Amino acid sequence: MSDYDNVIFARPDIMVDRATHFCPGCGHGIIERLVGEALQELDLQERAICIGSIGCTVTAYEYFKVDGMEAPHGRAPCVATAIKRCRPDLVPFAIQGDGDLASIGAGEIVHAAARGEKITIIFANNATYGMTGGQLAPTTLMGMYTASTPGGRTAEQSGWPIRMSEMLATLDGPAYIARVAVNTPANVRKAKRAVELAFRTQLAGLGFAMVEILSMCPINWKVEPVDAPAWMTNNMIPQFPLGEYKVLPGVAALKKGDRS
Amino acid sequence: MPERTLMGGNIAVAEGAILAGCQAYFGYPITPQNDLLEHMARHMPEEGRVFLQTESELAAINMVYGAAAVGFRAMTSTSSPGFSLQQEGISYMAGAEMPAVIVNIMRAGPGLGNIGGAQGDYMQCTRGGGHGDYYLINLAPSTVQEMMDFTMLAFELADKYRNPTLVVADGFLGQAVEPVIMRERVKKLPEKKWAITGAKGRPKNRINSFEMNPIDHPRRIKLLLDKFERMRISEVRYEALNTEDADIIVVAYGSAARSALSAMKTARNKKLRVGLIRPITLFPFPYQPLADLAERGCKFVVAEMSGGQMLEDVRIAVGNQNEIKLANTYGGVPLEADPIFEAIDLMM
Repeated sequence: MSDYDNVIFARPDIMVDRATHFCPGCGHGIIERLVGEALQELDLQERAICIGSIGCTVTAYEYFKVDGMEAPHGRAPCVATAIKRCRPDLVPFAIQGDGDLASIGAGEIVHAAARGEKITIIFANNATYGMTGGQLAPTTLMGMYTASTPGGRTAEQSGWPIRMSEMLATLDGPAYIARVAVNTPANVRKAKRAVELAFRTQLAGLGFAMVEILSMCPINWKVEPVDAPAWMTNNMIPQFPLGEYKVLPGVAALKKGDRS
Repeated sequence: MPERTLMGGNIAVAEGAILAGCQAYFGYPITPQNDLLEHMARHMPEEGRVFLQTESELAAINMVYGAAAVGFRAMTSTSSPGFSLQQEGISYMAGAEMPAVIVNIMRAGPGLGNIGGAQGDYMQCTRGGGHGDYYLINLAPSTVQEMMDFTMLAFELADKYRNPTLVVADGFLGQAVEPVIMRERVKKLPEKKWAITGAKGRPKNRINSFEMNPIDHPRRIKLLLDKFERMRISEVRYEALNTEDADIIVVAYGSAARSALSAMKTARNKKLRVGLIRPITLFPFPYQPLADLAERGCKFVVAEMSGGQMLEDVRIAVGNQNEIKLANTYGGVPLEADPIFEAIDLMM
């Protein structure tokens, strides 16, 4: 794949050689990359189906050399459900933003999770509506200034941010739910393992898997790209603690297999 | 004589879907089509096919979208309020050119309205219904046999045009019980090279309606519009009865057409020259045969179970010169033959 000797870092073959649509400093590029690495390492090129859901993730299907489709806003879990039920040999996955998954698609994700659909959801949470210009999201932090909360988010007006991972983990259907972040190299490495585990959970037929990935949106956070990772550490992670929220024994066994 | 089976309208839709090779059904309970969903719940798994009761009609249509995308013959059924919810997914499917069958067993609206049968979704059904430039072929049965036959035809037309296709009937027809001749099973389903089945031994397939580049999008829409024009040319279906010598033409579809038929017979018994045009496709609408009859000087009675929605299409076909009377009911009340005959009588 390269003319150079001793290559230790290169674009996975499964990813299309092209620029992304993302803004400078956005975390989505890293997320797509982690998904690409997982698809490559698990050899899913001929089986994976990428579902782009509306928001900044809509063009996801442009970045991988796998079959793909677009879902209406919030409905990716329905599309993935049908693909998996019709063709259990395929490996559908959706990349959904927080407006998509936690707001307009809150009903769909809850029911897909409750049914234990054997699908993989990558949930990119950047606490705002990135594509439409930074309005209030269900995950927007208290006091945070957005295009539609010009005085900062207040509980009186907009209530409180939703912790989707914790909420979905109360259901019996999910097999694996974790929250990770892509703001530091160490967190990216953990995120990579979680994404891969979410795919392996589906491949093993264990049930619904979701990885919530906290992602930078410097343009709408109104911080410099270089400062966004620290902003996430200081502001976002306290509201959305990292960790595993649901790991069924079968998934734990997959993880254990990693270590041996 | 072929063997007949006594069957309800909704069940005939379900059986027709199974005969047509429907591989996946997704639905949400709503009166008056629950027996359709329940029939599929029993029989789709027996056939080794996919059945899922979904969390909403919104979820159902989006699952139909996903199933269509992997190349399955897929279907949902619902009734008016649920059909409203499904417009989002139908618009996406039309944009992405996904074939599927949607069955709307209409009840009275607006809002929660009433569970009685109605034809008040005519505009929503025939004008696309969701956002953007698109149409669906609308097949409107008026017998239980046609509920089966048109459901089967709907799958063929959906695949032929790569477009969602609608079977639209009123709740009275859904609940009607009549003898039905069972049809042959469709054995060979069409190959779908565009389906997303895993990028194995070919470049990846992509199914979407989105064009980021504003130059590309009009081009895509033009292809859709050309397709709808081909439907207008090739797929107009209607039944014409006693139109040759008629002075008055009754226009009616669905269960209203059955009452219209009775009214026409009553009129003929009284030596009144009355004919019937029964649109079978509501889109594409049979404008031309109505225009031809208008040209001849006919008057028209539009019989429908709505405030007068198909009336507008008849007016488009007929123009402003010829008299048109509306004989209708609304709010979930069946349209009987008497008021249709009275409208005819008043015109003579």
